[in-house]
Amino acid sequence: MAPHPPPDPPPLALVDAAKSFGMVRALRGVSLDLRAGEIHGLCGENGAGKSTLVALLAGVHQPDAGHIEIDGAPVALSGPAAAQRAGVAVIYQEPTLFPDLSVAENIFMGRQPLRGGRRIDRRAMRTATAELFARLGVRIDPDRPARGLSIADQQLVEIAKALSFDARVLVMDEPTAALSGVEVRRLFAVARALRGNGAAILFISHRFDEVFALCDRITVMRDGGHVGTGRAADLTVDAVVRQMVGRDIATLYPERTPAPGAPVLEVEELGRRGVFSGVGFTVRAGEVVALAGLVGAGRSEVVRAVFGIDRYDSGTVAVNGRPLPPNRPAAAMAAGVGLVPEDRRQQGLVMELSVERNATLTRRWALSRFGLLRRGAEASAAAGWLGRLRVKAGDTAAPVATLSGGNQQKVVLAKWLAGEPAVLIVDEPTRGIDVGTKAEVHRLLSELAGQGIAVLMVSSELPEVLGMADRVLVMHEGRITAELHRDDATEEAVMFAATGQHAGGTAPGGPPPEAAR
Amino acid sequence: MSAGSGTGASAPVAEHGGGDVRGARRLRQVRELGILLALALIVAATAVANPGFLSGQSIRDLLLSATLLTILAVGQTLVIVTRSVDLSVGSVLGLAAFATGTLFAAFPGLPVAVAVLAGVALGAVCGAVNGALVAVARVPALVVTLGTLYAFRGVDYWWAAGTQINAADMPASFLGLGRTAVLGVPVPALVALAVVLAAGWYLASYRSGRELYAIGSEPHAARLSGIPVDRRIFAAFVVNGALAGLAGVLYAARFGTLDATVGTGLELQVVAAAVVGGVAIFGGSGTVYGAALGAVLLTTIGSALPVLRVSGFWQQAVVGLLILVAIGMDRILAVRAARRLRGGGPDGT
Repeated sequence: MAPHPPPDPPPLALVDAAKSFGMVRALRGVSLDLRAGEIHGLCGENGAGKSTLVALLAGVHQPDAGHIEIDGAPVALSGPAAAQRAGVAVIYQEPTLFPDLSVAENIFMGRQPLRGGRRIDRRAMRTATAELFARLGVRIDPDRPARGLSIADQQLVEIAKALSFDARVLVMDEPTAALSGVEVRRLFAVARALRGNGAAILFISHRFDEVFALCDRITVMRDGGHVGTGRAADLTVDAVVRQMVGRDIATLYPERTPAPGAPVLEVEELGRRGVFSGVGFTVRAGEVVALAGLVGAGRSEVVRAVFGIDRYDSGTVAVNGRPLPPNRPAAAMAAGVGLVPEDRRQQGLVMELSVERNATLTRRWALSRFGLLRRGAEASAAAGWLGRLRVKAGDTAAPVATLSGGNQQKVVLAKWLAGEPAVLIVDEPTRGIDVGTKAEVHRLLSELAGQGIAVLMVSSELPEVLGMADRVLVMHEGRITAELHRDDATEEAVMFAATGQHAGGTAPGGPPPEAAR
Repeated sequence: MSAGSGTGASAPVAEHGGGDVRGARRLRQVRELGILLALALIVAATAVANPGFLSGQSIRDLLLSATLLTILAVGQTLVIVTRSVDLSVGSVLGLAAFATGTLFAAFPGLPVAVAVLAGVALGAVCGAVNGALVAVARVPALVVTLGTLYAFRGVDYWWAAGTQINAADMPASFLGLGRTAVLGVPVPALVALAVVLAAGWYLASYRSGRELYAIGSEPHAARLSGIPVDRRIFAAFVVNGALAGLAGVLYAARFGTLDATVGTGLELQVVAAAVVGGVAIFGGSGTVYGAALGAVLLTTIGSALPVLRVSGFWQQAVVGLLILVAIGMDRILAVRAARRLRGGGPDGT
């Protein structure tokens, strides 16, 4: 893989590592070497396996096959403590702080400076924290609790924590997602200084300008596999995007002849401070509109606000011309809106209840007499939709937890369809579902649109977005950055808009302005 | 390059995490002062109604009664800060007390220190059973210790088999523990004070002590930062069990009459003391000093109400009200502190 093997063995290398979670193969035979004095970029779509790779390097998971090498010697990182001892520091995508403890304690937890009698030297800890923040050029009171810090400040604490390790290997999983331009530049200066001191750094980011500005080599992953590694100087943004996307758009998506009718769901200037702002769109009857973007772009938050689960600060939501009151899922349901949530196990189903009861949950008042649910009515109401959706369940009285992921998703759909919705919002409808059932879910959604239901689909899978949607709305950092008609929606166009670049604006292939160092 | 979070682009050093940090810290201290204030009010009110309440003997009695609850509350705090709970402490206390008495009955010449150690060790073993089930078998602490509450009590009943141990079975030197006083303070109260100070010092100054808070504050983050979470939780249960054992020994020394029902129902008082003292039931915050104050406050209320001629029926209602007030106060302080830390200003004032 590496064209020029370095004279010294790399401080950290992943060799042919594979990892599966149940049926999902998150990583298959990925090799990666992090060399001393080098910043290595890692790119890939959501779900390409980047975070799993980080978990292996951090000792959180152990590879099913393959192994990790430190200085050329195979090691087993049995846990996060083992990885730390091996000199690997990790900045996670999600801050992992202790809200009740002070910022200084958060940084030095388990490694507090000691004085006589193995007591914690609080003064030394405070000074060291202040020094770390000075290096990062920020001022955060070391004594304040972590609770109440903004996401950006939390991320800065995480970075300070990673710095405090004086690690030989630093893994940064999207450290810049919440940072401002100044903070990002400071982080880069620190990263380059660490590189100068011989540290090996893995940098994961969705922002190509950052990857190209910072990294010496870039590895691209796709579908849990390794696609390519090359010197950043030899690569272009276009080349990386092509490698990330790389596959043929599957032809299994159903043919549709969309006939959009009247606007059903109208969202105007929807905003929630710090999460999303100025979000406006319309979904017509019989239309499938996809909300695309990277994880954390605010897509799920928008649909949750539309449905009334989350509050919003500004804007309006209307269904069939009538405004929906905010914060009232029940009102949204009454107006004919259904939401198939992202996390069906937590939010879409009651796992312990039977298949039929789950399928009829939204209609339990219609199916009850004198306030008591009638099992017969429940069973017959459930049978109709479960049959139409071809749910494969041995026994519909068995807990829904016994079904496969795909069939569970169909039960969630059946639940909403039983209420004959005008708008169906589906959030990541095929996540964790095997290929065959995936196609069935797609066929179903397309049929529903054919029957005149307005479908709003949040999806991180580009092929799904392109294969299903009549229109694609792309979100980036809480804003809609592009609205693409089916004919204009290419993988590149969506990816560019999702990473905050302008598909038409920047010259393709040209290095972004940040690339010069 | 990216959507800024609003920091001035040209400022050399960005101001971060603003908000009134010192104000937020003050609010947390208010919490323990509040308990002290409540304590002072109750003592003052009772003393006005009956000056005898402040006599030396009465205060000694009060301290002696608060001793057991204080020691148990300290141990319970160690467990609660890790986001667990130990409901079996009443049974452990009873078992340890009965074991101590039995030991003296069997070996009349036994040195007192050996008996004390035996009681503490038995408590530690019970704590180890709880800790192993919680930390290794990953069963929720509430369920495990609810089970061992009955299991340990069952062992106690089986062992006692309806018998009773009396003061005559125990040496005078041991029973004297409960009656001797140093500079007017009963020895058991001194022991409790030592336990409070030692635990408070440990929790504040040692890595493993701070790690208990980290575990309770965010278990997932604790694992990611390499803290041996299971080992720490196990240790917290063992220490809590040992302290319950110590409390059992002190019970035996003080009351001299032991049967299988000793310590029944104590566990809820202990949890109440910790909660009233500001130990967050979901872990991560609270001090043993607060828990100890909570224990003293509950005991004082228990002794003050009869003096004030309030019916015993009301005592439980008062304790309940106090818990609700304490929880409400915690909530208000937390909301205010959060607002200050976010930099939203000290809510209008």
